[in-house]
Amino acid sequence: MDLNTDSNFHHPHKKVFRAYRAGDDFYEALIEMHQGLSDEDSQRVNARLILLLANQIGDLSVLQQTMDAARKDL
Amino acid sequence: MFSTYKNPVYEYIKSPDQSADKAVHHPVIVVGAGPVGMGAAMDLGQYGNDVLVLDDNNTVSVGSRAICFSKRALEIFDRLGCAEPMIDKGVTWNVGKIFFRDELVTQFDLLPEAGHKMPAFINLQQYYLEEYMVDRLNQLETIETRWKNKVITVEQDDDIVSLTIDTPDGKYDLSCDWLIVADGANSDVRAMMGLESTGKVFKDRFLIADIVMKAGFPPERWFNFDPSYHRGQSTLLHRQSDDVWRLDFQLGWDKDPEEEKKPENIIPRVKAMMGDDVDFELEWASVYTFQCRRMQRFRQGRVLFTGDAAHQVSPFGARGANSGLQDTDNLIWKLKLVMQQKAPQQLLDTYCDEREFAADENIMNSTRSTDFITPKSAVSKYFRDATLELSKRFDFARKLTNSGRLSDTAVLLDSTLNTPDEDSFEGDMVPGTVMSDAPVVNQNAKQWLLNSLGNHFTCLIFVNSVDDLSLSELEAIDTLQREEIQLVPLIVVTEQALTTIDDIQILAETDGVSKQRFDALPGTTYLIRPDQHVCARWRSLDADKVRQSLLRATANL
Repeated sequence: MDLNTDSNFHHPHKKVFRAYRAGDDFYEALIEMHQGLSDEDSQRVNARLILLLANQIGDLSVLQQTMDAARKDL
Repeated sequence: MFSTYKNPVYEYIKSPDQSADKAVHHPVIVVGAGPVGMGAAMDLGQYGNDVLVLDDNNTVSVGSRAICFSKRALEIFDRLGCAEPMIDKGVTWNVGKIFFRDELVTQFDLLPEAGHKMPAFINLQQYYLEEYMVDRLNQLETIETRWKNKVITVEQDDDIVSLTIDTPDGKYDLSCDWLIVADGANSDVRAMMGLESTGKVFKDRFLIADIVMKAGFPPERWFNFDPSYHRGQSTLLHRQSDDVWRLDFQLGWDKDPEEEKKPENIIPRVKAMMGDDVDFELEWASVYTFQCRRMQRFRQGRVLFTGDAAHQVSPFGARGANSGLQDTDNLIWKLKLVMQQKAPQQLLDTYCDEREFAADENIMNSTRSTDFITPKSAVSKYFRDATLELSKRFDFARKLTNSGRLSDTAVLLDSTLNTPDEDSFEGDMVPGTVMSDAPVVNQNAKQWLLNSLGNHFTCLIFVNSVDDLSLSELEAIDTLQREEIQLVPLIVVTEQALTTIDDIQILAETDGVSKQRFDALPGTTYLIRPDQHVCARWRSLDADKVRQSLLRATANL
């Protein structure tokens, strides 16, 4: 399976009317998750989050593509 | 400064009310002759209601201030009869470009489809917009505008609102049935009534510089994250009319606003952004901070708060004036029905419910933009920069990039004025949404669907041809025209050439646009509010159902 890089954020049971809305809902929740954390704790939370998301995806070929995309240009 | 515009001065004229023995009574008084107050006055005045407008100043906006006016605001201005000079003078734009560290990362087109009368946005200095609105006010005999009339006290009981007004000739008293407050973010009337607008203050400062220059840039919105000439901050470039360009610089909280406002400090910033060789003149500058906040309740008895007086947003997204006009669009038809005693006062509470919901959405969207533009912590800056880096390569990151979600309309899905769907429909024209415009033909002349609606409820009926209307449908159309609350049928035929029915407007489809936008199978019927919101829809016309929905939409059920 190819890595999906099109916008894919959506609410499972709610219709939203603006193309930006679901993505912005996610982004706000992501920043909110870090509210009040020290920089070090934020790093820990990010690491946990990546592991949880990786397990949710599961497909090693997709995961390898996300890692390559993330590492590119560094 | 101000080489391109000279503020008009509107004459203070002493009113006979000022010499009266006791307070002269007016049905409606509007406080504040800004875009929102004047919009409210026009909406009453052009349909025959007397209205008095009070303003403590005697001119239009000093400085360009709000410059982006949205499609929906223009549709409202069009209904109020003043959109044309705005569009003629304004700069029409649809495209926004976003740069990160000097590289174009993404661009958006706000109106990707044709078939709307109004453009997605125009840029027009607020003083021009207000001047055209004053011109329109002065055309309407029902509207009296009193300049240099400052409200200094407000009191109300169940039946009446009492005001004291200060003028160059001293104080006088007035009373009214309804007071519409549109006196801006620092509303004096709100303070006089001991009310608050609460929310969040953002710790950042922005410099606005309007410059006059002849430049070959296209009329696009250019937003720059972390540009080399203004490291760690953001800038915005946007064209207005008269070759005036709006430059916006994020400064940070620690900068001194008085220092930053000095031309000798602004000019180097402009040169850094535009290049040393660009010939320009500085027109106007201002340093601002902002808040996102709103009043708990927009209606306080007989006093109705609108626009910035009721709610305030950050400037990213042009959601201030544009949402204020949507307030009055929502309020005035309701107020008229209450004044005519065709609806209970509870209808005015739905103004609060609907527009407070919209205000929350505007505050949410503009807060999110602000948080993206000015990240508040190290981790949120990492995410912001990562989003911008990835947006060079990936669509999803382009969509997350947030330089301002430009003003759109709230979909009032949960409004108690809606009748829930009982039939199934495709598309976005759900109850609670502003109906879409579409090109139509009226007896061989091209016309727009929104222009075909009047200031009343409309029963919009789609059929293949007029000949397809059954006897019972014709009877239904006939009886609906006799409702106490004015309801006007409007028929859109999708296939056949025009036939006429007495007194009923019949429009023909153009290129299937309205058919597609309204998912209009033959027989499909929409009930449209005076503010052009869909409030009910069915797959066939049933007079009883339309009548019930009309009662619901006016809080009569």
